Amino acid sequence: MAIIPKWAFILVGIVLLVLAPIGQGNYVALILCSWLMYTIAAMGLNLTLGYAGQISLAQGSFMAIGAYITALLTLSGVHWLVAMPLAVLGCFIVGLLVGFPALRVKGHFLAFVTLAFNTLVVLVLRNEDWLTGGSYGKSNMPRPDFWLFNTGTKSTFLSIPLSSNQKMYYLCLAVFIVFALLMYGLIRSPWGRAFKGLRENPIRAESLGLDTRRLTLLAFAIGSAAGGLAGALVSPVVQYIEPNSFALQHSLRILLMVVVGGSGFFFGPMLGAAVVILLPEFLRFTEGYYLIIYSGLVIVLMVYSPSGLMGVGSRIVAAVRPKRVARTDMKEGAQL
Amino acid sequence: MSDTVLSVRNISKSFGGIRAVNDVSFEVGKGEVLGLIGPNGSGKSTLFNCVLGQLRPDQGEVHVNGKPVAGMRACDLNRLGVGRTFQQLSVFPEMTVLDNIILAGQEHKGTMWSRLFGSADAGLSGEADRLIEFFRLRHLRQEKAGSLSYGQQKLLDAAMAFMAGPDLVLLDEPAGGVNLTMLGNLKERLQTYNRDHGTTFVVIEHNMEFVMSLCTRVIVLAEGSIIAEGSPEEVRSNQQVIDAYLGG
Repeated sequence: MAIIPKWAFILVGIVLLVLAPIGQGNYVALILCSWLMYTIAAMGLNLTLGYAGQISLAQGSFMAIGAYITALLTLSGVHWLVAMPLAVLGCFIVGLLVGFPALRVKGHFLAFVTLAFNTLVVLVLRNEDWLTGGSYGKSNMPRPDFWLFNTGTKSTFLSIPLSSNQKMYYLCLAVFIVFALLMYGLIRSPWGRAFKGLRENPIRAESLGLDTRRLTLLAFAIGSAAGGLAGALVSPVVQYIEPNSFALQHSLRILLMVVVGGSGFFFGPMLGAAVVILLPEFLRFTEGYYLIIYSGLVIVLMVYSPSGLMGVGSRIVAAVRPKRVARTDMKEGAQL
Repeated sequence: MSDTVLSVRNISKSFGGIRAVNDVSFEVGKGEVLGLIGPNGSGKSTLFNCVLGQLRPDQGEVHVNGKPVAGMRACDLNRLGVGRTFQQLSVFPEMTVLDNIILAGQEHKGTMWSRLFGSADAGLSGEADRLIEFFRLRHLRQEKAGSLSYGQQKLLDAAMAFMAGPDLVLLDEPAGGVNLTMLGNLKERLQTYNRDHGTTFVVIEHNMEFVMSLCTRVIVLAEGSIIAEGSPEEVRSNQQVIDAYLGG
């Protein structure tokens, strides 16, 4: 059925992403950066929630931790290339710790535990101003200089003039592509299968030798590390962070991206982040009505396709694809 | 008994004032197919859960291949060579039949890191296909488990218990809700597997015909205690068993 191979779509997608900011202004480049950063955070949450079935309302707080670690380190002179992995590692460790309650509580109760953690992080960031700058936050974080490619300055690359924001977009895109490849490898590996097993039937999974405690902790830790990676990009892109930028509403926004795109689908968070970040921008021509239209579209989508945009896509493919008999075993007789 | 795979010694378990299992002891040898039967409330499931570590017995010990396993986590017990099926259907409905079978074996292959960086099928496709073929599910290999009929899911459930090559498999009501033709198919597959691999089975079942034709030895529980033990023929003609089932 696959007339055009999947990799061809991906290649075209990458080419479009490379071309996207060319000829556009600074604002468009920043919006595209925002989409890529939130996509990374949403892909992390998709692993925790969509693949491993562990609900988390704390992804925004991991972006915060990643962003603050990166900001503090880069402001003290550490290169972003060193600060970023430290931010990811820090979030991995904190995510591991946040995963422990998930060993005891499930569903709504786990959602409240993670919600409380998000609130705690915001309060710490606001109150520990000796470290975090309190409500004023941190500003003027340097944009990384990769010697031949300094994202902090305007210059030309292959005779194409690139602003600093456009260069930051390409940094975000490079990080996103590497991260997406790693995530794809993880989902396709036996680890990915084990995460799905944990989501679908944890008791059975445990009886087959899968250490569901370890899997739960890893699902939280890896998902949180992705939040930290997104945060490590927020710091140089926005160059100003403060606690409210990572409050509960941002975790809910990331959750919305996962759900709207299609929880448990690899490409779901990319679509979901596009809807949540880009659609309001497209709807700006409606002036004061854009939020109402946006909210209405999301409600209609959730009512008619709880599996999100990827679910809509699956339905379209199923409608177009040639039908086959419901049970393929009847040629063997009805003995089964 | 030589080559004892499962040894249950003086197991007792109470819930409040009710003693569900009362000082039960038995052993199961290598390659044996033991049936555990009894009327409702006789303590079969409680005993099963004590053996599988889901309940901690008030007293007594359980050994698998000579190792004490009481209170052990299910995943550790599985790594020790114990497979099981569940009374209710217990497959992974959103995964294909092939992925269900591979998942059942992947934790026994390689290390945690080789499972992350190695091949997607953990090198188990060939082995999984052989098991799928053995349980006559080849034509359903790429179907989602949730789309299979009840009987097919029961077969898949059983197949998953065998993927890791266990020494001992505990089957919890494998015949429950399965039609007669399918039941004959399942029994024949279990007998063949037992003959070819020498795997030990312990079967809890209400279907007497199924137990009597599959098992080499039968233990009958009533009110938490063993009231009879022997070959299917001996048990069938035991007056205490007839009384327990029919009310003597």
